[in-house]
Amino acid sequence: MSTASYCPNTPEEVREMLAATGASSIDDLFRPIPPGLRARSFELPAGMSEFEMLHRFETLAGKNAQHLSHFVGGGYYDHLIPAVVDHLAGRAEFYTAYTPYQPECSQGTLQALFEYQTAICRLTGMEVSNASLYDGGTALAEAAMMALRITGRNRLVIDGAVNPFHREIVRTYLANLDVELVEIGPKLGMEDDLRLRATIDDATAAVLVQNPNFFGSVSDFRRLAADAHAAGALLVVSAYPVALGIVESPGAMGADIVVGDGQSLGNPLSFGGPSFGFIASRKEYIRNLPGRIIGETVDKNGQRGFVLTLQAREQHIKRHKATSNICSNQSLCALRGLIFLSSLGKQGLVELARLNYDKAEYAKKTLGNLGGVEVMNGGATFNEFTVCLPKIAEEVVTALLRKGVAAGVPLSPYYPEMERCMVVTVTEKRTKDEIDTLARHLEGILCS
Amino acid sequence: MQLIYEKSVPGRRGVRLPASDVPAAPELPAALRRQEPAALPEASELDVVRHFTGLSRRNYSVDTNFYPLGSCTMKYNAKALEEAAKLFAPYHPMVPLLPHGSSFSQGCLGLAYELGAALAEITGMDEVTTQPLAGAHGEMTGIMLIAAYHEAKGNKKKYVVVPDSSHGTNPASAAMVGYEIITVPTAPYGDMNLDKFREVMTDEVAAVMMTCPNTLGLFNPHIQEICDIAHDHDALMYYDGANLNAILGKVRPGDVGFDVIHLNLHKTFGTPHGGGGPGSGPVGVKKQLVPFLPSPRIVKYDDGCYGVDAPAHGSIGRTAGFFGNFGVMAKAFAYITMLGRDGLIQVSEQAVLNANYVMSKLKDVYDLPYDQTCMHECVFSAARQVKNEVHAIDIAKFLIDRGYHPPTVYFPLIVKEAIMIEPTETESKETLDAFIAVMREAAELAGTDPAAFAEMPRTMPVTRLDETKAAREQNVCYFGC
Ligand SMILES: Cc1ncc(COP(=O)(O)O)c(C=O)c1O
Repeated sequence: MSTASYCPNTPEEVREMLAATGASSIDDLFRPIPPGLRARSFELPAGMSEFEMLHRFETLAGKNAQHLSHFVGGGYYDHLIPAVVDHLAGRAEFYTAYTPYQPECSQGTLQALFEYQTAICRLTGMEVSNASLYDGGTALAEAAMMALRITGRNRLVIDGAVNPFHREIVRTYLANLDVELVEIGPKLGMEDDLRLRATIDDATAAVLVQNPNFFGSVSDFRRLAADAHAAGALLVVSAYPVALGIVESPGAMGADIVVGDGQSLGNPLSFGGPSFGFIASRKEYIRNLPGRIIGETVDKNGQRGFVLTLQAREQHIKRHKATSNICSNQSLCALRGLIFLSSLGKQGLVELARLNYDKAEYAKKTLGNLGGVEVMNGGATFNEFTVCLPKIAEEVVTALLRKGVAAGVPLSPYYPEMERCMVVTVTEKRTKDEIDTLARHLEGILCS
Repeated sequence: MQLIYEKSVPGRRGVRLPASDVPAAPELPAALRRQEPAALPEASELDVVRHFTGLSRRNYSVDTNFYPLGSCTMKYNAKALEEAAKLFAPYHPMVPLLPHGSSFSQGCLGLAYELGAALAEITGMDEVTTQPLAGAHGEMTGIMLIAAYHEAKGNKKKYVVVPDSSHGTNPASAAMVGYEIITVPTAPYGDMNLDKFREVMTDEVAAVMMTCPNTLGLFNPHIQEICDIAHDHDALMYYDGANLNAILGKVRPGDVGFDVIHLNLHKTFGTPHGGGGPGSGPVGVKKQLVPFLPSPRIVKYDDGCYGVDAPAHGSIGRTAGFFGNFGVMAKAFAYITMLGRDGLIQVSEQAVLNANYVMSKLKDVYDLPYDQTCMHECVFSAARQVKNEVHAIDIAKFLIDRGYHPPTVYFPLIVKEAIMIEPTETESKETLDAFIAVMREAAELAGTDPAAFAEMPRTMPVTRLDETKAAREQNVCYFGC
């Protein structure tokens, strides 16, 4: 057989096997399918070897712009990934296994995910975490649904400074449900939660915010948390895990549910996926968490071991009454996150956050010094900030792209009134040279 | 094995970061500043390597063990697919969303678009979105598309119909979109009871979700009739593509009359399962549903270039961050490219042969509730062994000691003591013969020494675990050091 279908059986073996089944031919095995239902077409190219395939894929990858200097984020960040992450997560015992339904022969995955849940709890200041969700945006939507279940209410308030993609996902998830979603338009430069606090009423299930927000601003949500709790509502915070190296944890600020995207923890950009979503909460809400949860227990000899636990919340048992429909999650990406955090370690994450912060502060100052460029964030920022330009931001970004610099995300598609603004992202990977080059190009364009 | 946190030594450092080339900025204001660094492990790189290598050795996996986990299609994942995906690691998903940015992402956009086109041809659908991130996410997206379709037509719909053999995600996904669920029982011949189905079908039904072949591994010969009945009520037909491996190149759900389909690229299209994910769950639709597809949508222009379309008016919006689990999609496209037309047809033929072979070699010792030619998997029952107090779970533990990952047990729920075996096409006759011999040994032992099962598995790092204790104590996060 010349095709590369990884089917090992020889024609002789196929004959023997057919004889055992009593079928006269392979076609005979397909006799349960009525002839009228057979495929009307199956027009695909002929197959090829892995060498030819890889050659073709290299050509395809080469059609992307190479060596762009990235100052764009939008929820996905260009971070360093230590070599150990690929090597360890690349062990086939991890990546060719599936959901650990049989715990005795899956202790590797189970213990790793228990350690992952622990890392997420420690980062976010929460007490319980699940074993991952799809991505940051869907995790926010799941948190919204979780808050509706917990409170039995049907009104949600979401800050307009939450990533617009994530807000759109929340809208999509809620569109067919009987839920009122109130979006509070952002006021750039006023990191003041008064507008949000004023919207909470006793029908509100939760307030959804992001820290740092889409514009890069870092906020203190303690008063918002207090107001929400006084009204019987929950505070849901979407967090950026790298920032948690130096930014106070959402738990310490009073959050009840914390979500976020784990891409920045050891997962490559990979054109937007796969990454993982995390969700963590206070312990009292554990039965309302969506998805798989790993729990510690003992075996018959009293030895510690790990299992999938509280499965009675899940679709394979509860079907339409499950807390969520999620089945496969993003385990391997969560494992990458754990290996990333373990290899950086306690002090390493602080240093990584610090590098991001320092570089962004340098860029903020450098760009802010250019004539006509105004930094819009009123208070502190982490590794992103928003600038207002004397020209239309989309035009500026287009011109800079041609020079090999992805200068930032123009805001007009998401906030039509902010057509001269863009968000600039600076991770630890951007060098001083790159930042200076960005400033030089920007100055050139603004002067032209 | 100790937890990585228990191995932690204060002050020990792992990976070193680059030195800063900019001045240190003043610290964050106190109210925003983290007071205590998160208590992450403090370990050397070698500590980390030994720890995770050690953990990896406590797993069964496709590369180390035969893994006939029914409904999950645990086929071998070609190594070249991993290399293919790595080629796309450096590309940022925001670039094509910048003004005029798509010309900087032609490779990635092209791959996603051409994968969608290939999947449309494979399934007989008109268009495919790659955005959904797993099978269940695809189901939810598909049901949202159906809801949008009915809303646009002014149809008042309330219910989604599923057979009782359906995977739990089907009713759960429909419920997430706000529908009530009607469950139709299975007839003695193994397919959805047609009379009962006719009874529940009214104009209030939005969709019927079918898995075909179903979770018993059986192809429903009445599927066309079911589609016709549903369409008479303007209910749309949803195809759960988790079992597409059985019919690649043989049947196209679009030809049969299905309106929406999701695929599990991590099953049929050879991409690894990652210990539980990431998967990828593209959704294919017929023309009438195209206007509702999620945004952003990747399009191909007449000049052969690819772009990102402005959100269509009727679009359900975003269901996930960007264009899908692109790394997984790249592997699936590499798989389709390598196998080509004939290779894909061979997949379904050999998968069905392997399943029927195992079925025919075991049906004299295990009950086979639905004794017919199966497709890619077969479902036995341990009912005969239960008479001796040996349950499906005990047989599973026996298999673990013999080096096999057990089949799926206790699913589908409609078969008591179910043992669901899906060998996949990548396994050789020798592997199957050895597995069959061990399964027969288990059946024999159930007759001669049923008590022996209680102590199994014995060869793993742990013996049977106390699940009740785990659920009661809810220790899901380590509170020690
Ligand atoms: C029949 C069937 N449908 C749907 C799913 C859900 O797919 P996923 O786990 O990718 O969400 C599965 C997978 O477990 C399945 O076997």
